[in-house]
Parts: sequence; C-alpha cells; structure tokens
Amino acid sequence: MTDALDRPTSILVLGGTSDIALATVRALRSPALHRVVLAARPSAGREEAVASLTADGVAGVTAVDFDAAATESHEGVLAAAFATGDVDVVLVAFGVLGDQQEFEDDPDLAVEAAQVNYVGALSVCLRAARHLTGQGHGSLVVLSSVAGERARRSNFVYGSTKAGLDALASGLADALHGSGAHVLVVRPGFVRTGMTTHLEPAPLSVTAEQVADAVVSGLRRGSTVVYVPAAMRVVMSGLRHLPRAVFRRLPI
Amino acid sequence: MEDVLPPTLLTGWGRTMPSRAVVVRPGSVDDVVTTVATAGPRGVLARGAGRSYGDAAQNGGGVVLDLAALSDVEVLDDGDVVAGAGAMLSDIVPLLLERGRFLPVTPGTRFITVGGAIAADVHGKNHHVDGSFGAHVRWVDLVTADGDVRRLAADGPPDDVALLAATIGGMGLTGVLVAARFATIPAPTPWVRVQTRRARDLDALMALMVEGDDDHRYSVAWVDGMARGARLGRGVLTRGDHARPDEAPRRGRAAAPLAAGPPRLDVPPVPVSPLNRLTLAAFNEMWFRKAPRSRDGEITGIAPFFYPLDAVGGWNRLYGRRGFLQYQFAVPDAGADVVRVSLERLAGIGAPSFLSVLKRFGPGRPESQLSFPIAGWTLAIDVPVRTPGLAAALDDLDGHVLAAGGRLYLAKDSRAVPATIAAGYPGLPSFRALRADVDPHGVFVSDLSRRLQL
Ligand SMILES: Cc1cc2nc3c(=O)[nH]c(=O)nc-3n(C[C@H](O)[C@H](O)[C@H](O)COP(=O)(O)OP(=O)(O)OC[C@H]3O[C@@H](n4cnc5c(N)ncnc54)[C@H](O)[C@@H]3O)c2cc1C
Ligand SMILES: NC(=O)c1ccc[n+]([C@@H]2O[C@H](COP(=O)([O-])OP(=O)(O)OC[C@H]3O[C@@H](n4cnc5c(N)ncnc54)[C@H](OP(=O)(O)O)[C@@H]3O)[C@@H](O)[C@H]2O)c1
Repeated sequence: MTDALDRPTSILVLGGTSDIALATVRALRSPALHRVVLAARPSAGREEAVASLTADGVAGVTAVDFDAAATESHEGVLAAAFATGDVDVVLVAFGVLGDQQEFEDDPDLAVEAAQVNYVGALSVCLRAARHLTGQGHGSLVVLSSVAGERARRSNFVYGSTKAGLDALASGLADALHGSGAHVLVVRPGFVRTGMTTHLEPAPLSVTAEQVADAVVSGLRRGSTVVYVPAAMRVVMSGLRHLPRAVFRRLPI
Repeated sequence: MEDVLPPTLLTGWGRTMPSRAVVVRPGSVDDVVTTVATAGPRGVLARGAGRSYGDAAQNGGGVVLDLAALSDVEVLDDGDVVAGAGAMLSDIVPLLLERGRFLPVTPGTRFITVGGAIAADVHGKNHHVDGSFGAHVRWVDLVTADGDVRRLAADGPPDDVALLAATIGGMGLTGVLVAARFATIPAPTPWVRVQTRRARDLDALMALMVEGDDDHRYSVAWVDGMARGARLGRGVLTRGDHARPDEAPRRGRAAAPLAAGPPRLDVPPVPVSPLNRLTLAAFNEMWFRKAPRSRDGEITGIAPFFYPLDAVGGWNRLYGRRGFLQYQFAVPDAGADVVRVSLERLAGIGAPSFLSVLKRFGPGRPESQLSFPIAGWTLAIDVPVRTPGLAAALDDLDGHVLAAGGRLYLAKDSRAVPATIAAGYPGLPSFRALRADVDPHGVFVSDLSRRLQL
C-alpha cells in the first residue's frame, strides 16, 4: 500500500534497465520502499541496475527475467511479482525506438518493434490491471510518448506503436476508474537517455530525472496523463491542429 | 440476511490511501461465520465506524465486514453493558447516563463502535486512573478463522485469556468480534466538574500534569502545535471528575449535557482546504487566549467535555482533498523530551496543526501485544499530508520515539515502516505466533497488516 505520504512500498518495473525507469525508482525511494523488482532480459546492464539502485540505498532490489516480446511468459512474471506481496506501482518502461528508414526497408523489423512496444505492452498492461484491481489499490505507470499523438514522417512506425499503447493505456485508465487501481499515462518529448544517445536532442528535450519527477507528482496528484516537459501539452495541442500539408513539411 | 454492497473505495478518517473491497453487512452471527468460512485469497476484515485514521479498517481486494446490524445494547443490573460489536458508543452513552453510569473509557469521539474500541484498545482522558478499554472487558464473542464462535472470558481458561488479550488491541487480526460485555463506571450526573489551567510553555504544562493528574479522573492538555520559541508547547490543561448531584445545574438545562443528537454543524466537501498556517495559527492563538488562566469548579456537559469535535460533522474534510494524518506516539517518562522534540520539529517545517493533544498514560497491558498505551506520555498531532518535509520529519521523530523506548499508535498510523512497529512493540513476535496458531491461513488481514507486515 502506498502510504499516506505517497510513498510506495513496492515497485515492479517492466523494462527494468530503462534509464527513465531507474530514475523513477530513485525518485520514489524512501524508507517505506522495501521491494523493487526489475523485470528485464538478462544482461550485464541488468546486474548493474540492481547494484546501482542498491548502492543508492534502495532496499530489496532484485531482478527477474522478462522479455517483452515473449507474451506467453508474461503472466508468470506478473503473478510471481504479485504473489510475493502487494505491488504499489507497476512501471511499464520497455520500448525500442528503431530507425524509421530501416523499418521501411525491412518491415520485419517494424513488426518486431511493434511486437515489443505495442503487443508486449498490451499484454503486460492488461495483466497488471487484473492484478492491481484484484488487490484493490495500486498504480500502473505507462511510458507512452508524444510521438504517438501525431505520427510524424520521420518516425511514424515508432509513433504508431506508441499511439496504440497510448490508446490502450488511456482506455484502461477509464476502465479502472473506481477500482482502487489507477493508470498514469506518461507522454515525454525527447528524453536524453540510452535510447536517444545517437540523436541530436530536439527542442524542449529533458532528462530521465525530469520524467521521473513528473511521474512522482502525477502519482501524487492522481493524474491520468502527464506531459514532460509540461509545455509539451501545449505544443502537441498546436501540432495536432496543424493542417496536414503544413505538418508534413515541418522539420520534425 | 446478509447484504453484499457493490465494491466500495474505503479510507480511514484521514481520507488518505483508498482501497477497494467488497463490503458485506451480515445480519447475524451465522452470516459472519459464513463469510469467514468462504473467504477468498484476500481475506476478511471487520470494520467499525472507520474512525481510525489510516488503513487499519481496510482490506483491499478482499471482504470487509460492516457489523452495523449487530448493534443490540443491554445495560445489566450490575451496570455492565452487553453489546453487539457494531453498536456505537454514541448509542450506549445515553442508556448509561440514564442509569447513573458512564463508559469505563471513551476516546475523543463517541462515533466509534464497541468492536473498534476493543480492537484498538482505545484510551481516554482517564488512562492514568482506569487504564484502556480492554481492562474493562469481561468477555467477547470472537468468530475465529475456523468458523468457531468463541466466548473468551477474562477469567476463562488460559488459552482463551491469551486469545482475548491478543484480540484487545489486535486490530481485527485475530478474528471478528461480534459481541462483548464490559464494565462501566458510576456517573451520578451527566455533568463534569472541570478545572482549567493555562500553561505558558511546555515545561510549565508538563510539570502541572506530573503534579496534579492523579487527583482527577480525567486529564488532557491541548497544546498549541504552532507556537515556537519561548512559547513552544504552551497549552491548556483541563481536568475533570463526574459532578455530584448537588453540583449539577438545576433542571431546565438538564437536556444540554449530552446533546447526543446528530452533529450541529456539517462540513461540506471543500476543494481547497481552509486550514493553513495562517488560519490555524490564528485559531490556536484565539483558543489559547480564550481559556482562563486558572479556573476551578466549572460544570460542563459530558458532550462538550469528552467530545468537543463531535459537534462538527465531517470535520476531517476540512483538510482538503489529499487528507491528513495524525502522528501519535507514547514514550516512557524518561523520554519526556521527545514531546518537545516533536513539537519543535513539526513547528520547524511549518506544519499547520490543529490543537495537539498531550496526555499522561498509566501502566499498559503487556499481555495485549499490540495495545498502544505504555506508562508515560502520549502526544497526538494532526497534520495535513501535503505539508512539505513531513515524511522526513516524521521518520526522524520515529527514531527519537524508538530511542526513548516508545511506540506509535496503530489506529492512527498511515506512514510508519515495518521496522518501526516491530521495534516499538516487543510483543509482536508472540502476537504473530498466536495468529499463526489461530489463523494459519491468514484469513484476517488488513491493508495495515500487509503494509506493516504485522
Ligand atoms: C476525533 C477522533 C478522536 C479520537 N480520539 C481517540 C482517543 O482519545 N483515544 C483513542 O484511543 N483513540 C481515539 N481515536 C481513534 C479511534 O477511537 C479508534 O481508531 C477506534 O478504533 C475507532 O473505532 P471504529 O469503530 O471507528 O473502528 P474502525 O476505525 O472501523 O476500525 C479500527 C480497527 O478495529 C478493527 N475492528 C473494528 N471492528 C471490529 C470487530 N467487530 N472485530 C474485530 N476488529 C474490529 C478494525 O479491523 C480496525 O483494525 C479517535 C478518532 C477520532 C476520529
Ligand atoms: N528517450 C526518449 O526520448 C523517450 C521519449 C518518449 C518515450 N520514451 C519511452 O520511455 C520508455 C523508456 O525509455 P528510455 O528512454 O528509458 O530508454 P532506454 O533506457 O533505452 O530503455 C528502454 C528499455 O526497453 C528495454 N527493452 C527493449 N526491448 C525489450 C524486450 N524485448 N524485452 C524487455 N525489455 C526490452 C530495454 O532493455 P534492454 O536493456 O534489455 O535492452 C531498455 O531497458 C520507452 O518505452 C520509450 O519508448 C522514451
């Protein structure tokens, strides 16, 4: 149970090596937090994530195997995490950005990305929702993206996967209303993380820590959607209403 | 007939941390037994009037039993009360006063149930004289996990006595109380003779209490939680005793002392809390000034003396949407300094606190492992959860409380960590062992028991 001072006691991260996720766990760190499960594919990065959170004073950090594309294994991963005790926050943070040109050249790659970003996320979100409503409390935090709000020429495959995920998460937020469980959809702009190191930062770019802070305050307020930075909400609302002919020619 | 309500979001009095449960209103003890026997994986918990502040009376994803229908009350010839666990103290008080009796122990609100009074082993202004509610319980009927209805008498066989002891203060985790018999005390009139002393700082206040509390059945001090510096801990000490017939006001006004009807004022839901540093500082100041420096022999009614807050219905909503918590600890006399440290620390973060309550405790009940009171001091402070820096300040105070050999009150808790509770309640391992014995499958659970790993 997240306590009266908004401090979760347990967190399950799906995509346990994500920079944004790890920053979020750090931001939610408190004496009340005593269990953090990092679900991720086995890797040196995963071991390092466990070690670095532990070194930062987060108690009870463990890793479990999880592949977002292997949907048949998802129920086992979630059930095991919930069987050990209530989970106060489930963070869905895995995702692949990919390369638009490669997706267009090799649609199999695009299918793989969709398999992770959309199908995998659909699978864990629906399952997590069942577990959270079963315990009558808890939050599902879903890393969506502004890229899903209006697909751009330069990354519409990725954008489409996030559009699907965003629609799913928003629908779940309504479905869970009154269940005791709650969904927070996070729509960051450009975040300077491992996912984007190879790219030139876009305007209004933020750090993983800024996303983490927005998640913390969104949870505190019980918000359904947060944009990071907050100004992105206005930008996106403008972009959504641009005529297609103009939008197409924007250098974004 | 049992009534199953649509799943409901439940919170405690502090209106923080909601969770959803299926609320079942059993019509009879048999219904309770059935519900317990058919408990799902998320278990069952009894809930009284929901006056505990945090998550003690919640069971997310499971079943919550509302015993409102088990509320019969009978006052026996010897003055004892036999009541259903769902009976409200507010319904019992008038019956007792008619017979020249009063509750052996009453908390600062009469809108709680007999079940809640026993399960939290509540204390009142007379703890230094009469102990906690549990000390007056003759027997209880407890529905245990195996579906038995066990009558546990205070003078029964050792196993029963041990289970009764654990149930007193046991926060609903040993079973469902369905009925109880408890002793009462004489109250020749529905009036209280009150002595008031205003103290300009904490030392003066605590000295007054150490000196004179034993001369009065009731004693409590209201402390200005926002005064700082030289005025830190200034407060008003009120002590009282049941008034004799010759002291009671002449007829005419005789209906006034109880005012047991519904609250006279109701607080509507407020989007923005009107309680902030300025309004509360002003309120505390006014209330301090209003109190006489020293007054003896004032005759006042039962309701204003014991239940001043009950006159305002739903006052907990005043703290706004995010709610509030109450920090209440008890420390032995040697740890008296923790009272000062707490007031300083909370004043230091500018916590806008309403009147805080300071009281002396008499000896506790070590046989009731989770019963809160221990001999010494107890301080209770209400704070809105939105107060910046509150989490760190309270974590820090927990350290002081534990170092002094003290503990936190489970009925008020909404933010402690398991280790703090384990350190404060040395009887916890024995409570767990007993629970493992009477409830091996963990049927009785609450959000509190999960959060604090009780
Ligand atoms: C304004 C105010 C003033 C207060 N002043 C005091 C005070 O002076 N002293 C003090 O000690 N407390 C005080 N309290 C706290 C209150 O007295 C306790 O929290 C009490 O337990 C509330 O009773 P309830 O019927 O509302 O129970 P709930 O809050 O509904 O439940 C409290 C606990 O009792 C258990 N329980 C309830 N019924 C049963 C049952 N039938 N069988 C088994 N378990 C059961 C629940 O599971 C839960 O763990 C105050 C609270 C308020 C709001
Ligand atoms: N960075 C941005 O600009 C930005 C903007 C908006 C939204 N987002 C979204 O935010 C989330 C977190 O991204 P980030 O910025 O923190 O990037 P990141 O550090 O690269 O994190 C992405 C994570 O996804 C995991 N992942 C990829 N494929 C997986 C699979 N098949 N199974 C399990 N895990 C898999 C990766 O784990 P491995 O270590 O196993 O590869 C990695 O931990 C993503 O959903 C992303 O789309 C990011």
